[in-house]
Amino acid sequence: MSHRVRINPITCEAHGMCAELLPERITLDEWGYPLLDETPLHGSEVEHAIRAARACPTFALLVQRDRSSRGERVRSPAR
Amino acid sequence: MSSSPTAMTEIRSPERSTPSSPPPALPRLLAGIRPHGAMALEEHLALHGPLPLGRGGRRRQLRERAAMLIDEIERAGLLGRGGAAFPTATKMRAVADARGRAIVVANAAEGEPASLKDRTLLETLPHLVLDGAVIAAEAVGADEVIVCVCETAGQSIEAVEHAIAERSRSSELAAGSPKVRLATVPSHYVAGQESALVNYINGGAAKPTFTPPMPFEQGVRRRPTLVDNVETLAHVALIARHGAPWFRELGIPTQPGSTLITLCGPVTHPGVYEIEHGASLASLIEASGGTTARVRAALFGGYAGAWVGGDRLHGVALSKEHLAPHGATLGAGVVLLLSEEACPVAETARVARWMEGQSARQCGPCIHGLDALASTVEEIVGGIAHPKAMQRLEQLASLTARRGACAHPDGAVNLLLSAVEVFSSEFADHARHGPCESCSRRPELPLPERPVEDAGSRKAGRA
Repeated sequence: MSHRVRINPITCEAHGMCAELLPERITLDEWGYPLLDETPLHGSEVEHAIRAARACPTFALLVQRDRSSRGERVRSPAR
Repeated sequence: MSSSPTAMTEIRSPERSTPSSPPPALPRLLAGIRPHGAMALEEHLALHGPLPLGRGGRRRQLRERAAMLIDEIERAGLLGRGGAAFPTATKMRAVADARGRAIVVANAAEGEPASLKDRTLLETLPHLVLDGAVIAAEAVGADEVIVCVCETAGQSIEAVEHAIAERSRSSELAAGSPKVRLATVPSHYVAGQESALVNYINGGAAKPTFTPPMPFEQGVRRRPTLVDNVETLAHVALIARHGAPWFRELGIPTQPGSTLITLCGPVTHPGVYEIEHGASLASLIEASGGTTARVRAALFGGYAGAWVGGDRLHGVALSKEHLAPHGATLGAGVVLLLSEEACPVAETARVARWMEGQSARQCGPCIHGLDALASTVEEIVGGIAHPKAMQRLEQLASLTARRGACAHPDGAVNLLLSAVEVFSSEFADHARHGPCESCSRRPELPLPERPVEDAGSRKAGRA
């Protein structure tokens, strides 16, 4: 079972918190929107990723757990 | 392959004497079409035969019949005609297997400015589309069909309303059929995207939503929803009557059957044609009365599509397989020819700005990326671009594509990158010397006269 970061581009408002909190995975483009490395997270990164997702003011950053080849389960950040 | 690859909408086919004997070749969908007005229910049934639906029966029988229908559509190899060419049977099976009572959405939103095929079908052959929708409803176990028509397509709306009324008066058709209703949808480009359509029917804006859930899992009123293009459904109506082997008599193994193409540009009779997949572009042009000017390039798939240069057009055939080596697809069946007299850079700039205006303005990279791309092309046309403008286009393209909730930015980027490649010398000339003589000519590529204003709020991004 692996985890990945994903962004909801509709709710993202380019606050940029995610890039501050998860620089190993997220950089910002010239407009302030996140560019994600969506390959599976290493075990040690998962906690950081979840923390970054919780810090997102619009909850646009998601940490997803791959369940199977089809269909993904979204892990919503706790509020 | 048949000897006559195309059938023009304007031509009335000869009356066929034996109802429901399968038409041997083309036209299939467009058989019996009139120059004006819709085919009445009676005439439609006389031409194609009765609607092949089993009525009633136990739940197990219904399920078996539904599974057989989907199997037949799978054997036919029908691919969706809304642009993505996704296998229709796969989509149907996903909806049929999802939990809950399904709904069928017949999609005729047709936001592509050059495409006319969906409205042509509804204006002339509404019963063929409604047949297909009702059969699809049986296949996925739906009790409701919603026909979505672009709100500016007045004649289509009238024809569908009239056809629904005709069917409700026919006791034979009304019994046991799903409820069929019409919904008019906004005319902007992304309104026809599956999730946008579902969101609009559910009372939201006609804008794409973040997925999952996909419409097949959770669509209209959270029920499993089959969204199929109206041409796809018209093919379903014929496959259910004549079977998969008949369907495969035309076309090529990887893309069987016939398809509707909207042909635009310098030809004698632009319009909607039915061709078989794999027919040559030359045969399509010939059926349209030939070209009226020298052709510089052809745009396949509409404004999310790709250009193929004039020197490479010789021998091009119309199918996924044949267009793939050129980086193009048929999309929703649009072929636009650009004459030698037009300026491809100025045309690209116009379309790029229009595509920017058609963004749903929900996703930052789409809002900012498409605007920056259009501005850069405009600067190139005007000869006021930065010396590195071409590299800037490539950079913006990679910052914009695949970063939205829907594929709109990807389509716009696709078109731009293919224009830059096919018209590289023209782009370089403009960047260096500014506008050419053709830049001020009347534009050739069709765009709606007044861009549709989106009421949605602009998202303020931080630059």
